[in-house]
Amino acid sequence: MITLQIVREHGLNDQEYARIKGLLDREPNLVELGVFSVMWSEHCSYKSTRAHLKTLPTKGPRVLQGPGENAGVVDIGDGDVVVFKMESHNHPSFIEPYQGAATGVGGIMRDVFTMGARPIAMVNSLRFGEPAHPKTRPLVDGVVRGIGGYGNCMGVPTVGGEVNFDRSYNGNILVNAMCVGLARADKIFLSAARGAGNPVVYVGSKTGRDGIHGATMASAEFNEDSEDKRPTVQVGDPFTEKLLLEACLELMATDAIVAIQDMGAAGLTSSSSEMADKGGAGIVIDLDKVPQRELNMTAYDMMLSESQERMLMVLKPGREAEAERIFKKWELDFAVIGTTTDTHRLTVADMPVGSLSDAAPMYKRPFIKRAPATGMPSFDASRPVMESLLKSLAAPDMCSKRWVWEQYDQSVMADTVQMPGGDAAVVRVHGTDKALAMTTDVTPRYCRADPYEGAKQAVAEAWRNLTAVGALPLAVTDCLNYGNPEKPEIMGEIVAGIEGIGEACRALDFPIVSGNCSLYNETQGEGIMPTPTIGGVGLLKSVNRMATIAFKREGDAIVLIGETKGHLGQSIYLREIEGREEGSAPPVDLTVEKKNGDFVRGLIESGRVDTVHDVSDGGVLIAVAEMAMAGNLGAVVAPGTIPFLFGEDQARYVLAAPDGERLVSDAKRAGLAATLLGSVGGDRIAVEGAGEVKIDGLRKAHEGWLPAYMSGEL
Amino acid sequence: MKSAVVVFPASNCDRDAAVALEQMTGTKPHIVWHADSEVPDVDLIVLPGGFAYGDYLRCGAMASQSRVMRDVKAKAEKGVAVLGICNGFQVLTESHMLPGALIRNAGLKFVCRRVAMTVEETQNAFTRKYNHGQRVTMPVAHGEGNYFADEETLDRLEGEGRVVFRYVDGDNPNGAARNIAGILNEKRNVLGLMPHPERVCDPLLGGTDGRALFESLIEALT
Repeated sequence: MITLQIVREHGLNDQEYARIKGLLDREPNLVELGVFSVMWSEHCSYKSTRAHLKTLPTKGPRVLQGPGENAGVVDIGDGDVVVFKMESHNHPSFIEPYQGAATGVGGIMRDVFTMGARPIAMVNSLRFGEPAHPKTRPLVDGVVRGIGGYGNCMGVPTVGGEVNFDRSYNGNILVNAMCVGLARADKIFLSAARGAGNPVVYVGSKTGRDGIHGATMASAEFNEDSEDKRPTVQVGDPFTEKLLLEACLELMATDAIVAIQDMGAAGLTSSSSEMADKGGAGIVIDLDKVPQRELNMTAYDMMLSESQERMLMVLKPGREAEAERIFKKWELDFAVIGTTTDTHRLTVADMPVGSLSDAAPMYKRPFIKRAPATGMPSFDASRPVMESLLKSLAAPDMCSKRWVWEQYDQSVMADTVQMPGGDAAVVRVHGTDKALAMTTDVTPRYCRADPYEGAKQAVAEAWRNLTAVGALPLAVTDCLNYGNPEKPEIMGEIVAGIEGIGEACRALDFPIVSGNCSLYNETQGEGIMPTPTIGGVGLLKSVNRMATIAFKREGDAIVLIGETKGHLGQSIYLREIEGREEGSAPPVDLTVEKKNGDFVRGLIESGRVDTVHDVSDGGVLIAVAEMAMAGNLGAVVAPGTIPFLFGEDQARYVLAAPDGERLVSDAKRAGLAATLLGSVGGDRIAVEGAGEVKIDGLRKAHEGWLPAYMSGEL
Repeated sequence: MKSAVVVFPASNCDRDAAVALEQMTGTKPHIVWHADSEVPDVDLIVLPGGFAYGDYLRCGAMASQSRVMRDVKAKAEKGVAVLGICNGFQVLTESHMLPGALIRNAGLKFVCRRVAMTVEETQNAFTRKYNHGQRVTMPVAHGEGNYFADEETLDRLEGEGRVVFRYVDGDNPNGAARNIAGILNEKRNVLGLMPHPERVCDPLLGGTDGRALFESLIEALT
């Protein structure tokens, strides 16, 4: 007997329950209710965002597979494709940081190799609470160890990402993991279970009671009891995942597979119903055949378990023995647990498959777009520039994240040509001269000030970071992290964010091919800053025509491309030096962004420039200092005002090259703003009229904070 | 020079080792599955980096009991060269083909970075193309690379010239005793080292200091 109490405990409201009864034409039993509860959760159904997500650009000449599959697929020429996706694992990582982050990595890797791709790189975007919060240090430690523990064992390099701190994440950290893989265009595997009478096969780990209702947990706010939810966090086993990866790729080299889908959120329920629905088929499952880790598991447990490292496949009839041989070689469970049918029903519980995904509620939630923050904040013009530079470089958001990335294997697979610390990581396409650039970006403080411009900026910055290494930006994956969509102001942030992303992606020919939404990032009513993380992937035609941020030659001229108005609103300078967070977010002119970026990329591709850094957090002087530290070569910079040196105007790049004056005149002829900023040389950064500081001093400031904080000295 | 790379289920530097061997020797190495009872007739056997059987137990402990290792041991006793890199080094100590043990890094964290080392010995098949005392840089990537042995064993290793690679003072990433990064067995045909020479054979990857190791083997074993 289903009571209203049970319905509530499953995260469903009265209208949703009425809808379920209508679809089934009867009351659901407990298993069915559990299945609906996860499939209709925000996490699985996107019920608050679906209507808005439909407005995003998802097509392009290179896009072979957009959103809707396990990951996006983009053509990179010569029959090669790049397969990538980013996903959040925020709620589990807050409750159990090591396993939450580890299984986030495992889940996104499965999404990529399910498509037939070998994962070649991981990038991740992490947001933690303020450093002084007692939970922050252990969360940083656990999340970083979890990401490393899983990725290192898999033998996939973790090559980049971002780590930020802000009090709005005190109760809701963000762990967004992105995986990039490579496949051949003619060997892409999809999840549509076509045909009737095909064997449905379960492979990988056994099913246990872990993670039951993980997707439902990820679709609610946290309260003081959230720690009781620890049992809903899954436990990762990277060794089994490594076996699963190799076994799947070995089977994929044959033509035995009709369809394949990993069992992620909502486990067997979502994989079976989604596969059936996409293929217009039905599936009959015999749960007694599911490999089980524990005794006396019920149908409810098995359907809702989120045990990791499992896959569901539909094979061509008669190919079971061949497939089983491969999985036995890798010592993995292999069980035929059902068959496809032509009934369009999922029969464990007997329900129409379409009811679980397509008929899931889609809400047009009310929203209020608040007015963006405006104004140009004041500042004290007499502050010493070099002191501000050192202080900014040492700030938690700006300091070197070496402590983090040194816990990740960055160079396994022997194709990492740009390690963490630059604008984008670059990984060679194995056995070729081509390479893929990848980055994750978002500046949440801009999004808080202006959800629309901030989201635009996130896309523009990802595009710029790829451009700065010389890559042609190809496509985007996103993780839209927001608060509770049932609050109109939060829904307003989401709507504005999606609009901003859409506009920027259209203007920059940067379609979205995959992603996810993480809503309800709130604890006791406190929401996070809007954080639409953008993961970008770009293509370098030749890894020999690539730029890095490091200064390389004494005497090179330093050139600034792009116009500087001196935008201090919402800047690092204002926050770290003046102690204020106010003013407008820097506006992004997408036409200028494109023009400047295309020009810079052309210089790199033609071999004229090999030293480029995009100007973002902290402004021009920070960019120059980072270039100096990376190359261990100093610079002399022309005099400038505080807004010029520290403003965060968009669409700008710092270049270093021997022929500076010609670069400036070429840029001006192309209609771009460009100025000569100074020259490379010596062992210090000097700003004429404002003093100097040695590179060693910069490095000490930049490298010091995070290790000191993590060891408890701060 | 004929070579073979042993693959345990969660080896993950097997491809990197195979690529480096092919690049340097011009011939593809044999790939040998952990469940095989015999390694083909080769001049060099490589035990690559990775996590063998997951290494939830002590690193390399289960691998040391694997079927393939019986033959690796037998072949090593007959004089075939064996190179254990990272996890391979752990397998070699667990198999007692090299003395000592690799324990948890002193910093208690996985560490991946470039480290500077000196080549302490060149009278062997693995490092003869390096100069004695040469400073080289290679990446490490491990959580358990802290070389440990009793004082007597350490003295013996030093006395017999079996410490081949030593971290430069101040750049020891894991707390290894006497900065030891790589050692030889008594017969000098088995080398284990924590850093990854196979990741620095290509200038695009930031260095070529690993090449001389493979060049040494080619010269000694061809």
